[in-house]
Amino acid sequence: MALIFKDETFRDDFTYKNSPATIRRFPFPFIEDQYRYSVNIEPHTPGPKGSVYEFTFDIDEHYVSEMRDRAMVLQEDPGRCQALPHMMTAQWDMLELVMVSLARDYPDLFTLHRDGAHWHWINKPLNIDQKFTFGEVNSLPYEPMEYVGRQIQGDFSLQDQRDGQLWMDAGIITSQADWSLDFDVGMNFFEWHAPVPLAHEAGVFERALKFLLNMQIGQPVRRLNWTMTINPRLDTSPENYPKWGKDRTTVTPENVGEKVHLRVELQGLFRLPRSNAILFSIRGYLMSLEQIVTVPKWGRRLPRVLKSLPPELIEYKGLARYRQTAIDWLEKYDDGAPTSPGGGPD
Amino acid sequence: MSGFPLRRVRVAEVEQVAARIKRFRFVDIDNAPLSQFSGGSHISVVMHSGDRLMRNPYSLMGSPTDTSSYQISVLHCGADSRGGSKFMHENVAVGSELEISQPLNLFPPVRLAKKHVLVAGGIGITPFMSMMNELDALRSDFELHYGVRSLEDGAYCKYLQSRYGSRVNVYRQDQGQMIPLDAILGEQRLGTHMYVCGPKPMIDWALQTAELQGWPQENLHSEQFSAPPPGKPFVVKLAKSGREIAVKGHQSILEALEEHGVDASFLCRGGACGQCETGVIACDGYIDHNDHFLSEAERVGGKKIMICMSRIQTGSITLDL
Amino acid sequence: MTISTIKSRPIYPGLSPDLNARSNIIVCDKAGAAAVTELFSRADATFAKRSTVFIADALQETEAATARKDLAPATLEILPSLSAGIVRLREFLDNAPMGLRLYAAGTEPLIGSVVQAAADYGIDHLSIRTEHRGSLMRRVQCVHCKGFTENVTTNPVTCSHCGLTLFVRDHYSRRLAAFQGVCIDAENPGDVPPMEAIYQ
Repeated sequence: MALIFKDETFRDDFTYKNSPATIRRFPFPFIEDQYRYSVNIEPHTPGPKGSVYEFTFDIDEHYVSEMRDRAMVLQEDPGRCQALPHMMTAQWDMLELVMVSLARDYPDLFTLHRDGAHWHWINKPLNIDQKFTFGEVNSLPYEPMEYVGRQIQGDFSLQDQRDGQLWMDAGIITSQADWSLDFDVGMNFFEWHAPVPLAHEAGVFERALKFLLNMQIGQPVRRLNWTMTINPRLDTSPENYPKWGKDRTTVTPENVGEKVHLRVELQGLFRLPRSNAILFSIRGYLMSLEQIVTVPKWGRRLPRVLKSLPPELIEYKGLARYRQTAIDWLEKYDDGAPTSPGGGPD
Repeated sequence: MSGFPLRRVRVAEVEQVAARIKRFRFVDIDNAPLSQFSGGSHISVVMHSGDRLMRNPYSLMGSPTDTSSYQISVLHCGADSRGGSKFMHENVAVGSELEISQPLNLFPPVRLAKKHVLVAGGIGITPFMSMMNELDALRSDFELHYGVRSLEDGAYCKYLQSRYGSRVNVYRQDQGQMIPLDAILGEQRLGTHMYVCGPKPMIDWALQTAELQGWPQENLHSEQFSAPPPGKPFVVKLAKSGREIAVKGHQSILEALEEHGVDASFLCRGGACGQCETGVIACDGYIDHNDHFLSEAERVGGKKIMICMSRIQTGSITLDL
Repeated sequence: MTISTIKSRPIYPGLSPDLNARSNIIVCDKAGAAAVTELFSRADATFAKRSTVFIADALQETEAATARKDLAPATLEILPSLSAGIVRLREFLDNAPMGLRLYAAGTEPLIGSVVQAAADYGIDHLSIRTEHRGSLMRRVQCVHCKGFTENVTTNPVTCSHCGLTLFVRDHYSRRLAAFQGVCIDAENPGDVPPMEAIYQ
């Protein structure tokens, strides 16, 4: 199926919406009616045709508009993209992985010709035609991470591995769920997860780190994470909290279905070959409650999950002001019928 | 997850590079490109010798960006060998097919370092071959200090000197030359890191010398590929399955489990990566911790064992498997 | 001592002497100088001789005289402020070889500034021996305007650059040597709890 890219906004008038086909492929993250914290890591192997797992990196109908929003964020705040000097090899590793994957998986959209270090990259949707020398920073208009980061949906961070730790020493982060790259860059795995409640005590991060340190080339993994966002706003950064924080007080029983969005992150982790760094991709999907309930299973399950959240998590994810309003509205769509296991629609 | 995906390679070249050292070059069986890797990486080579299965780690020595072949060097360990290096020397020739793992790096250069001092003894030169290749490409400041018994015993001395010039210093034991580590470490700029690879006594000596020179632990790195030390046979009890497995004197716990079809997690098989960490439920003997992974406190605690390297002296041990 | 469950906040275990280091560089403030005196008393006789102490604090003449007496025979330099002390430290590290051991004792902003400067010279934060002494005041970075507010003793606090009222989060950046300050009334402008002096 050829992709038709939508012309839409993630700010001001918020015209973002999912088409019916995109609703069906939404990675609904709740596999049962009860909320349970789990690391839920699985191999990032190709999933069913048409699913968000089909390819290494997922490109969908929102691609062109999302890239436009990213360019606006970077224009306003260049600090959303940062790389410490020792991360240049990892940046090239990332560029190679992204270009090779996109050209292989979406040949109608992207082309990559390689002749030794002479590379030719064509990005049709964004009208980019770039010849450059692999390994030579000056042959690209931006550093490699920023160059490809401006052409792929999702946020990315690069982790250096040393002293039995992972250090987030680079990233391009413009659509984050309330964390600051500028503040966190240079931190280790435990440090940048410091604000997350409950999981430290459960030993979750220790186990996850040990797993990640031994990740192998060519064996990527993935997991899902989620939060909720008012309006389909990509840039919910702490930097701009004064701009979007107020939105949380605007939810009413009348507009909750339209305003409140479930925000799902498909997180991928890749061992990069030359730098031994780990690439972390955070691919976000937004869907309004209105659109979620068009899938009956999700309409039944979501209110049940929201009711079972521990208070620390409600606080951490910033749901307190509108969670009850959302549950009250969603319960109209829960007829009490049992739901099938797994997250996908029936 | 236990183990690792393997790929089949064919031996394209074997060269005797020193008295007891052979260099092997592998290509993919279908000539498909191999992964690039980072300086300091190693692969595991799987060897079937009779009914014994061995997986030995060897450092990759070629250029990290060369995807056409991988190169390793193997020292014939002689009588001390558990068989891996002997097998490579005596049974593997051009055209032989082997299975190898993907590259894994447990000895990477620290990219934040202002300078790198590399200290190698004998076959310990191997991880530095790819590391120097990478550091040179990155224009990072480094120097190598390489101790050999003699020029006949030391591999790649001439090659390294011609490629890296005065950054390479070779010390010949047969001429009474010792690595003057005190002097070397005494005049390094702030932010220098030292890396050492060689026989265990040499590693201990280098690390201790650096510590006495006031070098912080954080700037010191070492890698040693040692086979699991042999010992007396003992019995492993598996708490979950209730099985009892006999570990022979020349076997590691991991090897004994594999021989009996028990699926256990592993990666480096050298006690460094932590993947095979296993809970100890009971132990009536004394654990010989031969790994480089567990902290002193964890060893004293006695609740964990790295089954690829460690064993018990007598009695039996019950594992959380 | 700072007791904390914040995972991103460093632990300051207290000063202990590295008897192997060929030289010791110690940065402290007035309160931290007492920890340095104790450090010297725990080390061998030549340890202080191998040490250079930068007191980065405004001292009275009598305080300076006491410090000279207490810290002898170390080489002592008194700098008028933390920022002057860090400039001096950088000068010193510019030409220093391996084999030195760095120490920091005093407030968290002092320790953080030393660790931050040392990182530029390839000194790992874990190899710096640290001890917290004196005030619990914090350095705070406003996540919105990126300005730093020094010597913060209250929570919330007013950003000295953009004027927003900031909640001081228990999230610390070693690279910035600062805690994170986030607008406290973004969701309900004007809904600001009273300032509590909790970092005295």
